[in-house]
Amino acid sequence: MSERRAGAAPVIASALMPGLGHLLGGVPGTGVPLLVGWLSFLAIPVFAWDRVRAAPLGSLDDRIALITLVVVPLLIWAASMRSLLVRQGRARARHTESQWDIAMRRLRRKPLAMAGLWVIAALYAVALLAPLLAPHDPIAQTDIVRLSYRPPSGEFPLGTDRFGRDVLSRILYGARISLAIGFVATAISVTVGTAIGALAGYFGRFVDSALMRFTDVVLAFPRLILLILIVALFQPSLTVIILVLGLTQWPATTRIVRGEVLSLREREFVQAARALGFRHTRVIVRHVLPNVIAPVIVTATLGIGNTIVLEAGLAFLGLGLQPPTPTWGEMVNAGRENLLGAWWLATFPGLTIVTVVLAFNVLGDGLRDALDPRLR
Amino acid sequence: MSAYILRRLLGAVPLLLGIATLVFFVLDLAPGDPTAFYFSPNVPPEVLEQLRINYGLDQPVHVRYVKWMSEFFTGNFGFSFGKGRPVADILIETLPNTLILTGTSLILVFVVGVAVGVWQAVRQNTLADGLLGGVSLFFYSMPSFWLALMLVLLFSLKAHQWGWPVAFPPTGMTSVDYDALGFFGRLGDRAMHLALPAATLTLALAAGIARYARGQMLEVVRQDYVRTARAKGLPEHTVILKHALRNSLIPVITLLGLYLPYLFSGAVFVEYIFGWPGMGRVIVDGILQRDYPVVMATSFLFAVMVVLGNLLADVLYAVADPRIRYE
Repeated sequence: MSERRAGAAPVIASALMPGLGHLLGGVPGTGVPLLVGWLSFLAIPVFAWDRVRAAPLGSLDDRIALITLVVVPLLIWAASMRSLLVRQGRARARHTESQWDIAMRRLRRKPLAMAGLWVIAALYAVALLAPLLAPHDPIAQTDIVRLSYRPPSGEFPLGTDRFGRDVLSRILYGARISLAIGFVATAISVTVGTAIGALAGYFGRFVDSALMRFTDVVLAFPRLILLILIVALFQPSLTVIILVLGLTQWPATTRIVRGEVLSLREREFVQAARALGFRHTRVIVRHVLPNVIAPVIVTATLGIGNTIVLEAGLAFLGLGLQPPTPTWGEMVNAGRENLLGAWWLATFPGLTIVTVVLAFNVLGDGLRDALDPRLR
Repeated sequence: MSAYILRRLLGAVPLLLGIATLVFFVLDLAPGDPTAFYFSPNVPPEVLEQLRINYGLDQPVHVRYVKWMSEFFTGNFGFSFGKGRPVADILIETLPNTLILTGTSLILVFVVGVAVGVWQAVRQNTLADGLLGGVSLFFYSMPSFWLALMLVLLFSLKAHQWGWPVAFPPTGMTSVDYDALGFFGRLGDRAMHLALPAATLTLALAAGIARYARGQMLEVVRQDYVRTARAKGLPEHTVILKHALRNSLIPVITLLGLYLPYLFSGAVFVEYIFGWPGMGRVIVDGILQRDYPVVMATSFLFAVMVVLGNLLADVLYAVADPRIRYE
């Protein structure tokens, strides 16, 4: 460790500007994102001081944005200092290397996956900060005569729509819907899928065949049609969309978890736990499930991207959150009525969807390689 | 083999019953009822009540379930509320159109996907491999409805505006003057109309197949029999195309079967956007109009095609790989 002990200069540099110490210490992979993150957060109050000052008295969204604006830079600062001190051997790591640390180390060596991770982090930040970042109001209709269908320009970087609303602002606000739905729906589907898969795999026999036949039925049904069916019949609202997306995606997780549990069940440590007379719940929760978390995390990451595409698809068919709430799918659909005259309307929200989904897919692929040494 | 097929067919029966039941109860649990379609201040409530009786909606749920199931499986799909025609007629009209679209796309997905994947595998870790991998991932992450719109914008509308030599038609299956064309004219007209919808479906799915085929090919190339083939002094293209390719195709067949639900889901968007007169459009219209019989029959038919497609994939798998025996 002693040869890694470097001078105090990087630490002082990092204290002033997180990430700079990593850059000086020759770790640009960590340094650049930290520095970029820190600087972009600092830039917001500089460029949007009026709105930051008004935020404490504003709506809940404004106040959440303000909290994000304060807390995230502090976290960046703390993370950067800690990581630098540990690197230099000035502070001891909290614990010995766990399997998650090992996976994280492997993940760091994959530039593509890390890029995906940073894109996703940036998107969540953007979603939380939308009220401070959006140049215009995403919902209020403006002077339709003068401002509708304006091509991209300095004032409206991505153009305006039929009602003269700024496309960039709508995309920024739309990020909240997409990311929130993607995250919550996937959380539901992963929980349900893991539970069903674990039960089927662990108990086998009748439980297994009953649950898996049911899974087959759901799998054989083209998912989009099931989604359209349910959303159209129950009137689209945030709750309905999240529940429906969450409760139709679980079969993928179920199959993976069941397969893993089937083989885990026969392993010595599970047999031992059972021989000790532990209850089934305890064996499943404490001994079996921790060993299936890795593939579940990968499925979940890929699943979020998938869910975002599906949500956009529903919105595109008019089955998403109802206007004027900005959602990316609805924006693409709105671009359909004047595709030739206002190409920017459908193009930019779609590109945003592609970017987000690409980020989740790249990260998911990277996680699979990092978490599952068997695949290497 | 025939015993295996028979067993799988029999196994599919409870699956299809389950799907039909699922459809029935999803629609039954939904709030509102189909006579809302006719609701207006000019229609007296007695008429609506009479409509409910005519449609059999006043019966208790188990009666309707049994009645519906028995009719359904004897081929009577009922009468469309919205279009006022037998559902079977609508399906007979639209099913071939959907099959043309999805069938063409499926073949293209297989050919393009495998070709790209093999090309990449042969040039593993070169710039071309990396670029194609990136492009595949890009298309793989793309929502099909957006891809469709971009294709329309570029290759139909802008192509027309900028006077490109070829501008594909943005909607429909045939031109207005279709009936006046000769045989080859008709064929060409259909191909022109099919190009963009099929390209949309193909690009997204072929990207996934390419990613998989590449991995599969890299796996197979490491096998002993490929080394043997090379050791015999066979030219490299024979080794790749005859010895390695055929073996790496086998799992791709199964993957194609698993892709069928995505294909049909994609077809719903594509038919909606391109005005393609297929089942995808019928089902979207049916759902929005609460046309229950149409929705039930169409979604059931989609599910049947998925189940049969997977069965076919399993059978092909057994044919392609003699090591697999289903006894």
